[in-house]
Amino acid sequence: MKYVTEYRDAALVKGVIEEIRRTVTRTWTIMEICGGQTHAIVRHGIDQLLPKEIELVHGPGCPVCVTPLELIDKALAIAARPEVIFCSYGDMLRVPGSARDLFSIKAQGGDVRVVYSPLDAVNLAQANPDKQVVFFAIGFETTAPPNVMSVLQAQRLGLKNYSILVSHVCVPPAIQAILSSPANRVQGFLLAGHVCAVMGYWEYPSLSEKFRVPMAVTGFEPLDIVQGILTTVRLLEDGRVEVANAYPRAVTLEGNRPAQAAISKVFMACDRKWRGIGTIPMSGWCLRPAFDEFNAEKRFEVESITADESPLCIAGQILQGLKKPHDCTAFGKECTTEHPLGATMVSSEGACAAYYRYGRVEMNQSMQS
Amino acid sequence: MEGAVCAPPLSHTDQIVMGHGAGGRMGHQLIQKAFLPAFQNPALSAGDDAARVNPGSNGQLSISTDAHVVWPLFFPGGDIGRLAVCGTVNDVAMLGARPLYLTAGFILEEGLPMETLQRVVVSMQSAAMEAGVQIVAGDTKVVQKGKADGLYITTAGVGLVRSGLTIGGAQAREGDVIILSGSIGDHGIAVLAARGELGFQSSLKSDVAPLNHLVARMLDTSRNIHVLRDPTRGGLATTLNEIAVQSNLGIVLNEEAIPVHPEVNAACEMLGFDPLYIANEGKLVAVVAREDAGRILEAMHGTRYGEEAVIVGEVTSETRGRVLLKTAIGSTRVVDMLAGEMLPRIC
Repeated sequence: MKYVTEYRDAALVKGVIEEIRRTVTRTWTIMEICGGQTHAIVRHGIDQLLPKEIELVHGPGCPVCVTPLELIDKALAIAARPEVIFCSYGDMLRVPGSARDLFSIKAQGGDVRVVYSPLDAVNLAQANPDKQVVFFAIGFETTAPPNVMSVLQAQRLGLKNYSILVSHVCVPPAIQAILSSPANRVQGFLLAGHVCAVMGYWEYPSLSEKFRVPMAVTGFEPLDIVQGILTTVRLLEDGRVEVANAYPRAVTLEGNRPAQAAISKVFMACDRKWRGIGTIPMSGWCLRPAFDEFNAEKRFEVESITADESPLCIAGQILQGLKKPHDCTAFGKECTTEHPLGATMVSSEGACAAYYRYGRVEMNQSMQS
Repeated sequence: MEGAVCAPPLSHTDQIVMGHGAGGRMGHQLIQKAFLPAFQNPALSAGDDAARVNPGSNGQLSISTDAHVVWPLFFPGGDIGRLAVCGTVNDVAMLGARPLYLTAGFILEEGLPMETLQRVVVSMQSAAMEAGVQIVAGDTKVVQKGKADGLYITTAGVGLVRSGLTIGGAQAREGDVIILSGSIGDHGIAVLAARGELGFQSSLKSDVAPLNHLVARMLDTSRNIHVLRDPTRGGLATTLNEIAVQSNLGIVLNEEAIPVHPEVNAACEMLGFDPLYIANEGKLVAVVAREDAGRILEAMHGTRYGEEAVIVGEVTSETRGRVLLKTAIGSTRVVDMLAGEMLPRIC
């Protein structure tokens, strides 16, 4: 497969890993910000092949994991209404709210549907004029363009029965929050290639300079990931504080300008709660007031629903890179992918799910014994 | 206890959710909790695709049953009728049996076009002829509009087990090799694409096929075939996990040896699936003695549905009950069973 198989070439990957081994002279802690990269790393076993000096810690870049409990409760309240067709990406169905999940709502007769694009939800709204169609618009910058396009499309079509429940978060404020924490150990970042394909990487040099931390825009195939690591290690070893682009086949400095324009037409910055982390000021997007008629929270009057996180789950510390999944006593025992206790185990991009699915249970147990 | 513990889980023990029907671990738990305690008997507890029973002195029977709810009813490479026949024929054959007779039950939704039913029946007859089985009994029920989705079919089948064979998931032995009869993931992705909801078109066809003639050729070649199984829902990963647990041995797969069509790979990349978990309806996995593997492969290559058969791994006494995968870049990871739901109603 063009643009995929070349980037899984074992000889090339091993060559870059050798180069990392030759370059590294001391220990470095590097965070991959994106959940997709966490999964690629664990799925391909890239961390096993790296020299022991490199520690990878997993960041908060899994949109399912960081969607706050109260927003899931709002989704459940909306999805349970008889007039609603509730559309979501598949992963969100398993995330537990305070008492239920979307699977339970579906099993009790709620019309909950998995879609692959919000534009499918717009089509459903067109085809079902007597129903209210709601799309659960979660995600980072990557999913924002299709989500805002669905609103613009619904507006163009004059649809009165389409709305979105927005839970959009952004990467730069999360990096700022991680680096501002007194407990921070991250010395370099692999920036999320898909996010940067939309937004470019012009937002990052100021962060990099402020906290004196180098960053490398990184892709998702094994070769992309080891290239990103090598780039970051070189910057760290040379003491250079820069933002480098190790994913130039997809990312430019300025990013996708028309997509950014569409986003700022429909969305504006706002404070967002991150599941397990708490509120980060101006860390996400919400609908501009001009688009209130497409705002599911207002349409279904669920704005008043609130919920508190369990103070016991360590997902928040995992999402900030302070702990690893097997630091949790429930990991692989009470908490599995079928019975997730926290969002990091639920999402296919969650760090706990990656560790569990790819067999880090035994490694944890053998390390303890 | 040291460290933190997360909030209590949603275990879905109080009602059926779609994940219970996905062929993975939730389905296994349902069987363990809801069915086994009531029906407990040795043939059922063996946990194979079919039950081996011994009704008298004239040899052993292989019996299996299968329910089919696939949507859409017609998809590239097959339809619900061909699926219903092949699913049961294959399950019966996987004990090393020659399938002989099938029964079929039809649940029809009020309003189903007669022409649709006729197309399905013709397809069933054609699949039965290809497999060399007869459909000898049936039943029909009609439910009100909206109480079913067009047409559901259940089939049951019976076959004669070759004398002296004890093929089953628990029979894998250390040092055995794992043969896969061809590429994985074709059925699941073809059905998904046929729904037209993915925004892309595909020329991929379902692999749905009767495998009993392939099994017969293999058994003609070697007596050292220890396990046969068709990796349907839950995919190759789930099937191999079942074998690892049943035999209490480990399985090591070689990622590069597993054939996957580029289109299946591309669809999986786009949708976030792993081909190891996608359903097949015309493939089998055989765990065979190493010394006979070459002969068995040669025999498979001479059949219609075994042309692409390859060795994909081996059985070890390490990591008992688990499946490991050697990745293309030289690392190793565990391949777990499918957890809950991945793809809706593919068979």
